[in-house]
Amino acid sequence: MEKKLLLGDEAIALGAIHAGLSGVYAYPGTPSTEITEFIQTNPLAKERGIHSHWSTNEKTAMEAALGMSYAGKRALVCMKHVGMNVCADAFINSAITGVNGGLIVLAADDPSMHSSQNEQDSRFYGKFAMIPVFEPSNQQEAYDMMSTAFALSEELKEPVLMRIVTRLAHSRAAVEVQAPKQENAFSPATDNAHWVLLPGNAKRNYNDLISKQDAMMQASEQSAYNKKEFPTVNGKKLGIIACGIGYNYVHEAVGDTMNVLKVSQYPLPAKAIEELASMSDSLMVVEDGQPVVEEAVKALLGKDYIVKGRLTGDLPRTGELTPDSVGVALGKSSKAAYNTAKNLAGRPPQLCQGCGHRDVYGALREIIDEYPDARVFGDIGCYTLGALPPFKALASCVDMGASITMAKGAADAGLRPAIAVIGDSTFTHSGMTGLLDAINENSSITVLPRDNLTTGMTGGQDSAGTNKYEAICLGLGMDPAHLHVVTPLPKNIPAIAQLIRDEIAYEGVSVIIPRRECIQTAARHARERKAGAK
Amino acid sequence: MKKDIILCGVGGQGILSIATIIGEACTEAGLYLKQAEVHGMSQRGGDVQSNLRLSTDPIWSDLIPQGETDVIISMEPMEALRYLPYLSKQGTIVTSSKPFVNIPNYPDETELMAELDSMPSVVKLDIESVAKDAGNARGANMVLLGMAAPYIEILSVEQLRKAIAIIFARKGEAVVEANLKAFDCGVAASKND
Repeated sequence: MEKKLLLGDEAIALGAIHAGLSGVYAYPGTPSTEITEFIQTNPLAKERGIHSHWSTNEKTAMEAALGMSYAGKRALVCMKHVGMNVCADAFINSAITGVNGGLIVLAADDPSMHSSQNEQDSRFYGKFAMIPVFEPSNQQEAYDMMSTAFALSEELKEPVLMRIVTRLAHSRAAVEVQAPKQENAFSPATDNAHWVLLPGNAKRNYNDLISKQDAMMQASEQSAYNKKEFPTVNGKKLGIIACGIGYNYVHEAVGDTMNVLKVSQYPLPAKAIEELASMSDSLMVVEDGQPVVEEAVKALLGKDYIVKGRLTGDLPRTGELTPDSVGVALGKSSKAAYNTAKNLAGRPPQLCQGCGHRDVYGALREIIDEYPDARVFGDIGCYTLGALPPFKALASCVDMGASITMAKGAADAGLRPAIAVIGDSTFTHSGMTGLLDAINENSSITVLPRDNLTTGMTGGQDSAGTNKYEAICLGLGMDPAHLHVVTPLPKNIPAIAQLIRDEIAYEGVSVIIPRRECIQTAARHARERKAGAK
Repeated sequence: MKKDIILCGVGGQGILSIATIIGEACTEAGLYLKQAEVHGMSQRGGDVQSNLRLSTDPIWSDLIPQGETDVIISMEPMEALRYLPYLSKQGTIVTSSKPFVNIPNYPDETELMAELDSMPSVVKLDIESVAKDAGNARGANMVLLGMAAPYIEILSVEQLRKAIAIIFARKGEAVVEANLKAFDCGVAASKND
């Protein structure tokens, strides 16, 4: 059998292709981006014409994937954990409509917030929607599970959620791959009553979903991914429930000396947990993310049974698990031989030298110094780094699109000048609806959609609105007199600062688009042109 | 046999190319491998690292526990010190001797070097100068890999050379030769140390 060295993300992508995928829909977001990128360049995916174009946001991605499933094909939708919030409406309702072709929703969680704003655990969403959740412990399982999950989705006629974490997404290991399956035949759904969520239909569908819960539990209890490893029958000692990659850390720490229930498929296998509890004097839950399972096990076993984990402080309440934190929780002493070095300083990420964002912040810094009440509301992307020295320019960064709408709300309350900075891709993702609100009320805000012609932070993916920003703003009703495009270069900083001053003086919506290609993608395009010329 | 390696440096210095070559050599040698990388925001001029675990037996954790790293391979001297709690008592640090200063509070260089030299096993070299002298200014990371090669042990120097040839093959013979030359300079410097 062929073996390939794959990132967790790549294992998922290849697993999906080999399971007969017909389309992936996604918006880039660390640590999920590489899944779609892999499918975009995979030869078999190209040969089959598998859809892999980026979507404008996670909600459009989720709905398009549901549409592909409606047509009978297998579809995958990928996002980082916070993307689940963006697509939640479509996601929850997809469990009410059910699916036709298999549908996998992949959420890549980021415990420790390596590149994120929170540590939310997507397994909650699985429970919320009442659908099965898969959580692979390694790259091989990530590959294998895609086939299993598509099959289960089609058997239950429900979407399934696949949850991974950063450490699996961005770690490589050898994966044994199988022969690719054929894609599903085109066979659109015909049962309108299932797909039209009028209250009468939705009520019936919801009861259907509830009636499927037993089958989902059965699948979990019998799943090959949920393994009972109970080597010590006697003794009534500590038993371990190890979820996802937590299972690896348990084995790293204590080998196979303890009774371990490995959990990689949900709903939680209640019978297996009760069996482990009956042969143990207490349980420890080792799970990456939030204490989802710990709370559920506590509820299952009652308040007198001792359940340890993140809530009890046996494992850290926040941050990703490590072999060290799990080792300590299981009574293993650290082998650390050296203390933290004395001559050490933090080295935070920073904007690239020569990046146009630097020039925009150069101009904004002047404005902030001149207007004591000025606030620059930020957004999600490379330019969030403008919050750090030397610029220290941002007053906020919350979620995709919040710069424009927070500036509007603050302006409604009387704040002047209220300035919003937002990247081009973030603007089309979730910023333009907020701009429409501001235009409709003629709010006094100055918006800088910083167009670097790409989705920079995640590595330079296509941006949905490239070449369309002026048209979008005008289409939303912008006054052309207050719509400007500038080139962010060091020599233009004084002129850009002056334009911002002029527009701040205007009591209404102004849009100034600083446009210059990301220096990373510009360098890549230059290399590609050079290679092409050879 | 098992070797745990931390590769580190500053975003953009090319540590992932080193990881790719070691990964290729592992695959060729039929060894088990886990390689945890850092993607995303931290790649922008911040500190970056990759945990590489090589073994003749299956590997559980993607991350190396504290005190178990056999070799720290670093493109930058302060970054080498960042992972001391992960270094095993008998472990070796292989590092560039030239600081990359892109922060205002970079430590005093004399004290930094003294702390580095106080470690039991350190190999350090101005890899950029060596690469330049070898006619391959962009090959500093290959010089570093060459310096580390004798300490990786689970892979031979020859196996690593082969992997370099495979990885750079698509860029043409001249690029392969230049990188092998830089690698060999590193190996020679390491042996003289």
